[in-house]
Amino acid sequence: MTSPVASCSVTIRIQEDDFDIAREIAVLTKSRTDIGAVVSFSGICRADDDSAKVAALTLEHYPGMAEEEIRRHADEATSRWPLNGVTVIHRVGRFMPGQNIVLVLTTSQHRQAAFQAAEFLMDYLKTSAPFWKKEESATGTGWVEAHARDDEAAARWTKS
Amino acid sequence: MKVKYFAWVRERVGKAEETIEPPATVRTVEDLIAWLSGQSEAYAYAFEKPKVIRTAIDHAHVKSDAAIAGAREIAFFPPMTGG
Repeated sequence: MTSPVASCSVTIRIQEDDFDIAREIAVLTKSRTDIGAVVSFSGICRADDDSAKVAALTLEHYPGMAEEEIRRHADEATSRWPLNGVTVIHRVGRFMPGQNIVLVLTTSQHRQAAFQAAEFLMDYLKTSAPFWKKEESATGTGWVEAHARDDEAAARWTKS
Repeated sequence: MKVKYFAWVRERVGKAEETIEPPATVRTVEDLIAWLSGQSEAYAYAFEKPKVIRTAIDHAHVKSDAAIAGAREIAFFPPMTGG
């Protein structure tokens, strides 16, 4: 594996407002010629869950810890992969199906590092960043339960 | 110390945060959950399945056997479902 890039710009934001993916990519790539790969992941509020149609989702977070927890994993990502930039934006508030919830951007010289780091960051965002979803549907309102499959996805990054 | 509750733990306890002074015999996260559970039915309901509850001390995840001495802020919440 290539050694980490000396300076990697890391941006972490938790906000109610929507994000503009093109603008966030431009921020990471502007005036740089060393980046060969940008990976972008967006998480979107989905209407069809396992059972009922979701009418809306409310995202609650633990201010302070959420930023710190994401930063810890962003720092780990930059030490594991040769990244040039990382941007994580997580929205909080109430969302309708189709609206953006989360954005992860990673940039690197080559695609493998950017792909892997983005997946790593998303797997840990799901299982270890303090955010909780409450779902509204025709059958009522309830907190979303954590999935074992998300824990399994995060566990595969654990160094043996 | 300050205690914060999130998601359904907050709803069941009936408050988002409070300042508590547990007795000196309460040394670990596990002890604190047991002590809080004895305070009222609301806490007992929130902590009815203590193994499900996640805990953070000063913004970092900890296990149930972690010592609470010196903690400024302890948070209790369900497994996370962000992203």
